[in-house]
Amino acid sequence: MELFTNISAIQNLVYIGSSVLFILGIKMLGKEATAVRGNYLSALAMFSAVAITCLSLEIDYKIIVAGVLLGGLIGSIIAIKVKMTAIPEMVALFNGFGGLATFLIAWSQFNAPDNSLFQHALIMLTVYIGGITFSGSLVAYGKLSERLKLGKGSWITNILISFFYLSLPALVYVIFEPSISTVLPAVPSYFLFFLALTMLAGLGFVTPIGGGDMPVVISLLNSLSGIAAAFAGLLLLNNVLIVAGSLVGASGLILTVIMAKAMNRTIGNVLFVGYASATQSTGSVEQGEVKPISADDAYLILENASSVLIVPGYGMAVAQAQHVVRELGELLEENGTDVKYGIHPVAGRMPGHMNVLLAEANVSYDLLAEPDDVNPVMGSIDVAIVIGANDVVNPSATEEEGSPIYGMPIIEVHNAKTVFVLKRSMSSGFAGVQNPLFFRENTRMLFGDAKESIGLVVSEFKD
Amino acid sequence: MEMYILLGFVLLLSIFLGLELIAKVPSTLHTPLMSGANAISGIALVGALMLSAEGDTQNFLAFGAILFASINVFGGYLVTNRMLSMFKKK
Repeated sequence: MELFTNISAIQNLVYIGSSVLFILGIKMLGKEATAVRGNYLSALAMFSAVAITCLSLEIDYKIIVAGVLLGGLIGSIIAIKVKMTAIPEMVALFNGFGGLATFLIAWSQFNAPDNSLFQHALIMLTVYIGGITFSGSLVAYGKLSERLKLGKGSWITNILISFFYLSLPALVYVIFEPSISTVLPAVPSYFLFFLALTMLAGLGFVTPIGGGDMPVVISLLNSLSGIAAAFAGLLLLNNVLIVAGSLVGASGLILTVIMAKAMNRTIGNVLFVGYASATQSTGSVEQGEVKPISADDAYLILENASSVLIVPGYGMAVAQAQHVVRELGELLEENGTDVKYGIHPVAGRMPGHMNVLLAEANVSYDLLAEPDDVNPVMGSIDVAIVIGANDVVNPSATEEEGSPIYGMPIIEVHNAKTVFVLKRSMSSGFAGVQNPLFFRENTRMLFGDAKESIGLVVSEFKD
Repeated sequence: MEMYILLGFVLLLSIFLGLELIAKVPSTLHTPLMSGANAISGIALVGALMLSAEGDTQNFLAFGAILFASINVFGGYLVTNRMLSMFKKK
């Protein structure tokens, strides 16, 4: 009977159960048919792990109830109120809070007496990863919500970057501090300095990275928050933290790699180099006649098209044009046209950004196609409509070897019979590369706000 | 130390398991997966509940950890669920 009175044994058994549920949950989250249930399973795992932990507490239960209630309330309100267009920054923010929690856990462990050398090192690592995740996510939040305009080259950015590089030797120092301080005079309250430096380092890590590279950054921060939780698990000798944290770390890592691949760049290039220094070779400055088109003419061509491919980009998110795009798609289908949506993995500001927006507008997900599906049949498509996308449809990526984006997988709309490009002006995309697509023989430019332009075409259809 | 080796073993195996589980995810699900994984990283809540509570500083740190981890957990799961409920096949 002793087993059943031993709380820690029961706790560990429940933790194993939760770990299994987390594993199943995240597996199911990876398939369309089971994703919703996967999310429920993982929530159940979370609930049981938290509930069983509450059986043996040192902290006053009032603090716990207050923290969980308040946190739950804030989190729920944000989650329910947030607009679907603001999802990227919301994910960044929640992610940052997870990082902050592990940061505080490690801080608290530092204050506990009798840490071994190994525990000490682990505390420093957890503080560092958790802190970088938090302040880095805040910057990502600021950039994604367009509240923060700092970019590469500003003097503030440069100062922040130097804090990041300063933090690396500082990390090594604090890890070995117990050994070093036996030889050298100890630095008073070095830990508090380190806490502050970590926060600044996170700012310096993300601030120089541009908006178009955010899909990589946001997945990486996601991965880091998991790794921080796993390290906190090592620190607290808690296996469910280790398993769940590692799963998150791995899934974030996979997304990071997928995003970097979709840009044909290494993760290091995205994080530490950026496009700016890669653009020395501008290649041939292809110029020519741009052929504008009016909404009326666009309507006439679309009415006679038998297949249409819609390629959305960040511009669709900015113009909030997803609903009117869906309307256009439905009208075309009623007219007997075959409609598909070509989604590039890095279109937008986070992994799968376009999919979420179109889902919000009620576009069925079986109409969404990946580049590998649409490129082989591009020649048979009558009209490709590019809505606020630029670099992901730039033919330089396949044709012009000196181009900074050469080798990046694109949606090859230039092979379609006709291309409509909806754009505000002739400015270049995030990569700063001119897009020869605009000067092609088969390209027509529909200038103006994407939402208005499509709205005009839609009203023509209705008349 | 043996304990840490054992737990390090769990850590490594879980990472490999995670990499295998999610290697092929359709791009439709990239955002929900990221946001769902993000909710799971709120497991730090369990860690926060295990903290010691001697003195004001420790209580304050524990409260902060619980608060922020809870925001992560509740917000993460709700947003993921909201997002997934929009993905429909017609």
